[in-house]
Amino acid sequence: MSQDLTHRAVIKKALGAYEIKRDENRSKYLNWQEARQAASEIKWEAVNHLDHYLLEMTKNLEARGTKVFWASNAEEARQYVISLAVEKKVKSIIKSKTMTSEEIHLNGALEKLGYDVVESDLGEYIVQLNEEPPYHLVFPAMHLTRGQIKEIFKRKLGSDTSDLPEELTMVARNIMRQKYLTADMGISGANFGIAETGMISITENEGNARLTTSFPKIHVSLMGIEKVIPKLGDLAILLPLLATAGAGQQITCYNTMIGGPRQPGECDGPEEFHLVLIDNRRTELLADAEQRDALHCIRCGACLNVCPIFKNSGGHSYGTTYQGPIGSVITPHLRGLQDWKHLSSASSLCGSCTEVCPVKIDIHHHLLHNRRNAATQMPVWWERIAFKGFSIATANPALFQLGIKIARVFQPLHFLVKGTLFDPVRAWTQTRDLPNIPAKSFRQQWKSKQ
Amino acid sequence: MNGSKDQILARIREALRSQAPVPGNHDYSHLAMTPSRPKPELENFRQWLPPVESNSENQWDLLTKSFHALKTDFGLLESKARLIDFVLELQRVEQWKRVGIHHGAMTDEIASHLEIEKLWVDEGYDPQAMEQCEVGISECDAIVAQTGSILITAKSGGGRGLSVLPPHHLVLARTSQIVPDLPSAYELLYKRYGGNFPSMISFITGPSRTGDIERIVVLGAHGPKKLTVAILKD
Ligand code: SF4
Repeated sequence: MSQDLTHRAVIKKALGAYEIKRDENRSKYLNWQEARQAASEIKWEAVNHLDHYLLEMTKNLEARGTKVFWASNAEEARQYVISLAVEKKVKSIIKSKTMTSEEIHLNGALEKLGYDVVESDLGEYIVQLNEEPPYHLVFPAMHLTRGQIKEIFKRKLGSDTSDLPEELTMVARNIMRQKYLTADMGISGANFGIAETGMISITENEGNARLTTSFPKIHVSLMGIEKVIPKLGDLAILLPLLATAGAGQQITCYNTMIGGPRQPGECDGPEEFHLVLIDNRRTELLADAEQRDALHCIRCGACLNVCPIFKNSGGHSYGTTYQGPIGSVITPHLRGLQDWKHLSSASSLCGSCTEVCPVKIDIHHHLLHNRRNAATQMPVWWERIAFKGFSIATANPALFQLGIKIARVFQPLHFLVKGTLFDPVRAWTQTRDLPNIPAKSFRQQWKSKQ
Repeated sequence: MNGSKDQILARIREALRSQAPVPGNHDYSHLAMTPSRPKPELENFRQWLPPVESNSENQWDLLTKSFHALKTDFGLLESKARLIDFVLELQRVEQWKRVGIHHGAMTDEIASHLEIEKLWVDEGYDPQAMEQCEVGISECDAIVAQTGSILITAKSGGGRGLSVLPPHHLVLARTSQIVPDLPSAYELLYKRYGGNFPSMISFITGPSRTGDIERIVVLGAHGPKKLTVAILKD
């Protein structure tokens, strides 16, 4: 794993083109910094009066026939979607991109019950076929080459095409067309919830979210509670910022605001619209006033794109739903500090993330805050013992050299147990290589050179 | 049934008892800012967004530049007769046999000249029949010069499906519908629909696209492969 240079080259190439386009579009702004500040203030207002804006939004949505469900945790959210599917005798489900659904592991739960669930976003579809989680918030399949994608399509769909991106895209397009028309339920995410007018806003390039929310007779949208913004007009600045920061575009191809199911006098659209609002420990992050601005995140992916850690270790190495710098900030809050604190340590603290973030989240300082909090909290007992042992060994030259000698003898045999239950450094070697201990230590080299 | 509404609201209120620091003041970029900043509201966004000049000539230049960059086809038509010719020529070249269309001042006019099968969507329609259409023809609410976006709603654009299911979306518009920027487009939405918004509003910026394979742009991912805007001078 440590030497996966092709992988690195793929990521580097993909992000290089992005940087050029992003800079070009950013330079068109009269004042990019002030625009970021405005976005940050809009999100601050919403997040710091979250109860007020959520109530305003849900009241307006319900007035036009939307059913709103408030889910405390992943289980409640999954159960709601499942009971709805059972009650309405749903058979097939089409989904457009939603990271919240990844967060609550909805696909697995639905598939286990026998539902046919298809991801319609091309990148999501590719990783779904390849049975792996998305690699990046915005570009789920950016780690795969066209050759690999061709193989995946061949293996899973029996398609026989060249590896041209056009042809591969058309394979997915043709499969999906009928699914939009025949699915009983469409599941989408929501980039923003609008309090003033009772709407959700979805940003996408492919048109799959438009189709998913047009034809199936039930539309379910999953939304984290922090996604609400005060006014419809706020989108006039948030949409371009999201597109430019995240994908280098001036604005994304489709920006769609949905305010309910089909209304009287309209010719199409779903009969039912359900909005599932998800807390899932976001309120714990909210309670941390110092890091509350992490809830401003509009999931643009810009901080991943510039992060030296993300670029070198890759999206899957985080083991989280939300990758990159912002994932390292929020995952400890959403899933437990002691289990996820290592992410905050895996940072060079270069601050690029904070600099690009379109809503001005203080990302790299929050990584430091997490480190501090983790150290102040009591670590688990074995960790304390391990570090105690480490500090004794390193403070005592004789003991340290003895340790190295023993390790040098045994390391050549390490491959026998590498990654297995008998491996003392299993936690590390399961997904990484352990560097070899050099044949001659610095001390020995020094001596021989004297 | 609304789930854990009360519990979540209680947790939020408890959490918000502590005060968060002022927004966005952690890095040095704020030093470059004016001391008394305008409020982050719609009427002020223009001070920061990419600029658009007020004269319509310049706006047209900007719009055509955006259309080129986005691979949106367009025509500026001097008269109604030209507009009709423009559409008939498209029909001839692409050999349309079926067209999805909704009722409207401009669409009705065009429909009366198109001698092919028409799927009128206004009273509801069969999605499978729309899938068979080579083109969907709709009107729009506005065209945004700054971004090259077409603003449609379920009301102005013939519902939700017409502008996204057929492989070619043809928009009929007038030059008077061009607005300079996104803030103007939102102002127009407030003014036109006020308290009664259509259930779907969409900014369409170019034909459907994806960059999910090696970040290479492919047009026609799921929505239309082709977007044409026919603009009548008025
Ligand atoms: S933290 Fe900022 S840069 Fe990172 S994804 Fe969220 S909004 Fe984008």
